Amino acid sequence: MKSGSRLILLLTLVLLGMNTLKAADGAALFKANCTACHAVDKQVVGPALKDVHKRRDEAWLLKFIKNSTAVINSGDKYAVDLYNKYNKTQMPAFDYLQDEDIKAIIGYIKEKSEAPAEVAAAPAAGGDAGAENNGGGGIPSATLFWGLAALTGVLILIIFLLIFITTLLVNALREKEAREKNVPTESLKQSMNLMKNKFVATAIVFILVIAGFNYTVKTARAVGVHQGYAPVQPIAFSHKLHAGTNQIQCQTCHTGVEKSKSANIPSTNICMNCHSYVKKESPEIQKLYKAIETGVPVEWIRIHNLPDFVYFNHQQHVKVGGVECQECHGPIEEMEVVYQHSPLTMGWCIDCHRKKEVDLKKNDYYLKIHEKMKGTEEVITVEKLGGLECAKCHY
Amino acid sequence: MKNLVVWSVQNVTINQKNLTASYITMAENTKKYWQGIEVLNEDPEFLKHRHDEFAEELPLEESFSENSAALKSNRRDFLKMFGFGISAAALAACRDTPVKKAIPYLVKPESITPGVANYFASTCSGCSSSCGILVKVRDGRPIKIEGNELTFNGEGTCATGQATVLSLYDNYRVEGPLKSGAKSSWSEVDNAIRAAIADAKANGGKVRVLSGSINSPSTLKAINTLVTTVSDGKHVQYDPVSFSGMLSANQAAFGKYALPTYRFDKAQVIAGINCDFLGTWISPAEHARQYAIGRKIDGDKKSMSKHYQVESLLSLTGSNADERATIRPGQEGAFVVALYNEVAKKAGSTVYASSEDPTPGKMAARMASDLWKNKGNSLVVCGSNHMETQMVVNAINVLLGNYGTTLSMGRVSYQKSGNDADMAQLLSDMKSGQVHTLIIYGANPVYDYPAGNEFKAALAKVKNSISLSDRLDETSAHVAWLCPDNHFLESWNDHQPIQGHYTLTQPTIPALFDTRQAIESFLTWSGQTTNAYEFVQTNWKSGILGEGNWNQALHDGVYESFGESSEPSMSGDIASAMSAAVGAGKSIGDVAVVLYEKIGIRDGRMANNPWLQEFPDPISKTSWDNYAALSNKFAEDNSLKQGDVIEVKSEGYSITLPVLIQPGQAYGTIAIAVGYGRGEGAGKTAASVGQNAYPFAKVAGNGVQYTVSGSLSKVEGSYELAQTQIHHYIEGRNIVKETTLAEWTANPKSGNPDVTLVTPDGAQKPHTITLWDNYDHTKGHHWGMVIDLNACTGCGSCVVACQAENNIAVVGKREVLVRREMHWIRIDRYYNFKDDGGNKVNKEKEIGKVQDFENVQVLFQPMLCQHCDNAPCETVCPVLATVHSAEGLNQQAYNRCIGTRYCANNCPYKVRRFNWFDYAGNEKFDYTMYNSLNRMVLNPDVTVRSRGVMEKCSFCVQKIQEGKLASKKEGKVLADGVIKTACQKVCPSNAIHFGDKNDPNSSVSKLLNNERNYQVLEEVKTLPNVSYLTKVRNIESSNA
Repeated sequence: MKSGSRLILLLTLVLLGMNTLKAADGAALFKANCTACHAVDKQVVGPALKDVHKRRDEAWLLKFIKNSTAVINSGDKYAVDLYNKYNKTQMPAFDYLQDEDIKAIIGYIKEKSEAPAEVAAAPAAGGDAGAENNGGGGIPSATLFWGLAALTGVLILIIFLLIFITTLLVNALREKEAREKNVPTESLKQSMNLMKNKFVATAIVFILVIAGFNYTVKTARAVGVHQGYAPVQPIAFSHKLHAGTNQIQCQTCHTGVEKSKSANIPSTNICMNCHSYVKKESPEIQKLYKAIETGVPVEWIRIHNLPDFVYFNHQQHVKVGGVECQECHGPIEEMEVVYQHSPLTMGWCIDCHRKKEVDLKKNDYYLKIHEKMKGTEEVITVEKLGGLECAKCHY
Repeated sequence: MKNLVVWSVQNVTINQKNLTASYITMAENTKKYWQGIEVLNEDPEFLKHRHDEFAEELPLEESFSENSAALKSNRRDFLKMFGFGISAAALAACRDTPVKKAIPYLVKPESITPGVANYFASTCSGCSSSCGILVKVRDGRPIKIEGNELTFNGEGTCATGQATVLSLYDNYRVEGPLKSGAKSSWSEVDNAIRAAIADAKANGGKVRVLSGSINSPSTLKAINTLVTTVSDGKHVQYDPVSFSGMLSANQAAFGKYALPTYRFDKAQVIAGINCDFLGTWISPAEHARQYAIGRKIDGDKKSMSKHYQVESLLSLTGSNADERATIRPGQEGAFVVALYNEVAKKAGSTVYASSEDPTPGKMAARMASDLWKNKGNSLVVCGSNHMETQMVVNAINVLLGNYGTTLSMGRVSYQKSGNDADMAQLLSDMKSGQVHTLIIYGANPVYDYPAGNEFKAALAKVKNSISLSDRLDETSAHVAWLCPDNHFLESWNDHQPIQGHYTLTQPTIPALFDTRQAIESFLTWSGQTTNAYEFVQTNWKSGILGEGNWNQALHDGVYESFGESSEPSMSGDIASAMSAAVGAGKSIGDVAVVLYEKIGIRDGRMANNPWLQEFPDPISKTSWDNYAALSNKFAEDNSLKQGDVIEVKSEGYSITLPVLIQPGQAYGTIAIAVGYGRGEGAGKTAASVGQNAYPFAKVAGNGVQYTVSGSLSKVEGSYELAQTQIHHYIEGRNIVKETTLAEWTANPKSGNPDVTLVTPDGAQKPHTITLWDNYDHTKGHHWGMVIDLNACTGCGSCVVACQAENNIAVVGKREVLVRREMHWIRIDRYYNFKDDGGNKVNKEKEIGKVQDFENVQVLFQPMLCQHCDNAPCETVCPVLATVHSAEGLNQQAYNRCIGTRYCANNCPYKVRRFNWFDYAGNEKFDYTMYNSLNRMVLNPDVTVRSRGVMEKCSFCVQKIQEGKLASKKEGKVLADGVIKTACQKVCPSNAIHFGDKNDPNSSVSKLLNNERNYQVLEEVKTLPNVSYLTKVRNIESSNA
């Protein structure tokens, strides 16, 4: 009996697992094929797909997705209306998708339609997590500095108080003596005396020097750090619209991010994948057409610049490490104009390498090569795999 | 501090606090190695600097001394400079950060991902060997040449091949067609040349195409198309370093004007006579690969080939020989005949003209006996360009039954096809004004043909002279039309270096200038409009490919189609050839000029390549010059010493050259390298380096002769040669180790006894005693390298490959002279004398007097950063710019280095290089990085170092990271061999092994357990991650 219930439990789990697997497949397929023009809960290039399974039956959907042109040409009223409503923009034919794939996509849309809140929350949560990861960690040198400065300040204050009290007492004594000798009190003279006190003068100079030094160091450290750099680009491209509102995956356009050291600025033909029919008349899009016509590529302004002696590889971080784009680039899906979110200083790199955990199990390479380490250490961070060594980035 | 023990040194006990003395027990060594004559003779200038890491003191004295008023510096000056420095730095920091652009493709080609390198199969055109290569193209720029393992040369290439990619970005290439030196256009040029051809067709007149050796079926077809459009058209080929004599001998003996293909790997006994087959002869990368297979003793293979060499100069090949003898230049024929007779005696065949064996030890008899013992598996090769001598060599190989096994005329090589008789005929036709149109393609006869001046004069009598040269060189400066050819990396082409072994050349970059490739020019002038791509493809599809697939062939770079063939039988009059061979040498006097090719520069066509100019010759270790090499005794007899300047004369031609004393060279020989003394038009780097020696050669009979009688006389002045070998002194330490095959068979540890230190607890291995806490290298990777000294031929390909891979600066002769060369890997060359009956050698001075400088043995040792686990450099760096990685790498962080140079001073291996200047930004170093065109060759994955920082071998860390990333991406365990360093990959003889020492199955791990494995200076406990395998010489005992 006991084993029977266990079996049932196991089966249920497996079935549940399969279900989520299917949904996940659907999610992946949806992201890969649809997000360039569709979102579930809002209209993008094409209509919002929420409850699409309720609006049309599966057979119609299969037919339409595989070859929308054919359906429109066949005179299907719904299809023709849709076509006219969306500025006669045709949906490309997805004839390479299997029926199962499309059903998985519909399954995903169905799932999302039923739980709409999650969809909206997901990217924002990712962004927050990223931001959180970037701050704190260890004791930043600035905090340490200010802590010490405050401590010094308090000590100096105590010294002042002590001096003040001593002076008061001495003066009281003198006053008493003066009263006895009938000499009048001079309070101005007293404060001048205070300034003449070597101790006080030294303390003031000391404070000034410390403040000056702090200012110099702070300024010097900011040289070459361009956090917040947001140049005006030749085309007013909005990441907020593309990545935020339209939820187009970063990799859709930045194709090199999993293949190369550089994520790559999209080539004009990638823009034209959509903009050969979307918003053709916009003056900003017209700049793309002009580039194609004249053969002069768009000269974007590079925002994230690393010094020449630093080697950085997107592939390693995104493909192998599974780092989200937002962890370094910030809430890119909210940026109308892209700015440099992270300082891109060595301290910032190191900080992350110290904290970032490496999932050994996911990758045979790590598993095998660090088998011994796994036994002794509980948490394997990038640092423990040599991520702080010079020649990981400098060669 | 642990291990604070007092060690006993022999019987003396040193009892001092904090002093650890150690005594190293090693087998008594009867050999003394020396790096050059200066070391042996204890030259005062050398002695002065031998302990210094840096040859020149910084000019502190000048700046701060009291005497020099002008340069006097005081506190005020210091404050001024200090103030200025601070404000300059502050101002510089206030500068606006420059705006950087990111310009994507308009339409990104599918195959290109910016930041990822693509490799294209192609064929090298650095010389006519036509090795198969893979061209590494990064973001549209070819940046590195690698060997193509599917072709006959394997993954290795030579130094020259490595450097071809830099010649692509040469500023001295002409940028478009020229008419008498003035800018022209292709249409103008084409119209004029078509008119000239039409004129020749209508009115008769000789049309000649003159080229170097061409083995490209398509190019030959295109040239043939042109020359057959006229009634008297002909294609003439010649080589600056001619093989015409050998080709003619094969024509006479086998009826084929071709070279045999060689299989040095199958030869048990190799006899080389004046033949540098590992360095410059026919196809050195291919030969080195085969040779190493026969020489290696790995695992189960306990035998190795035996190599005899008889020569007048010390060649790279001779340096590798087991037994070597010197002969005087005129004695080559006599020796070949003597060898023939010895072999004939054993074979019971007729002994013809008797000839005395000229070698000191009567080597011919011993050679013949070994050759005969291995008949059918032996090989005799001779570098002579004398037809009759080569006839006799052919006859020896026939007697030994080697045809069909170690060499073949059934499957021939087309790597050389020049014909000196044709060339002589062409010159006489030109002189008599019979040549109507002359098209010169891939040749520079005014410079490299012995009668170059006559050619230049005769060129004026040619009605229409056309050159396809890529630059305004010595010849093309005198032609009417210059129609520049593309660089081979910009071209479509094909090659057939070996019969049935077809390789393709494909463009890896669009033409940089307004140039047009030769095939298209020839086709245009013969009235066709086909482009080179279509032409080559059509040729392949209609003829070569048969059933094969074009795309597959293009992908592989090679297509193999060769059926069975039988060896042709030999015919010819051996008897008269013998007397001619002996007779040829008799005309050569006691003092002879011998011309030879240097590795790297070769025939001089790539002389404007800074990598090759800076590359030190493997034997003389001299860069940036050619010189008159003399034997020690010959120089002494003429009261000459190194650095003297002499005038060398022969039959009306004379040049003045500095003297270089070369051990191992025959008495009476003046050896001069060709390929130097280029004209201004060749380029800034090539011009003003050395003197042209080609005019010494003599056009005679069937082949140009490169050994001629000559004389020398001392002239005023002295000249410094930039020799790199003595830049470091070995202090008599045991750096290189060798043994003999017999000793090794008896005891695999022979020549490599364990290094132990005597301690109170008994003898111990050095690495067990240490002050330091050892790094734990058992986790993760631990990179290591093993270099097999037995396989290393010393060719130096690795030096140039490393330079290309790691953006290493070229510094020029002046800087090399003050020991500031930047090569991360160098090939150390050591001489030693043959042992004198096992007697111990005590003082270098003594042996210097008694020994015979002609009989030296040579050892090569590639030396690079040893990546010590206890690195002496790391402990002295005040800013932690050089630190150790968990993977065993000795890392150098350039951005952290402040240039104290303490590390270089403390490195026992002398492998650290300091950037004395900003080589990328200083116009005085306009070699490979200053100019924007040259800079295209830089590897974007490696930082270009700036002034004031130290650099050194990084174990190609960029390649390690790349290999690791590739494995991580696939989620796979990193396999052995995925990561190959630049030096390892280029090595034609596979002498360098690199891999993970923590992987028990890696080739490096296995070699570490080899009995021959040793670490250099193991006794100082640096724990290097680079180790070496003892050299094994195939001689009976060390006394042979």
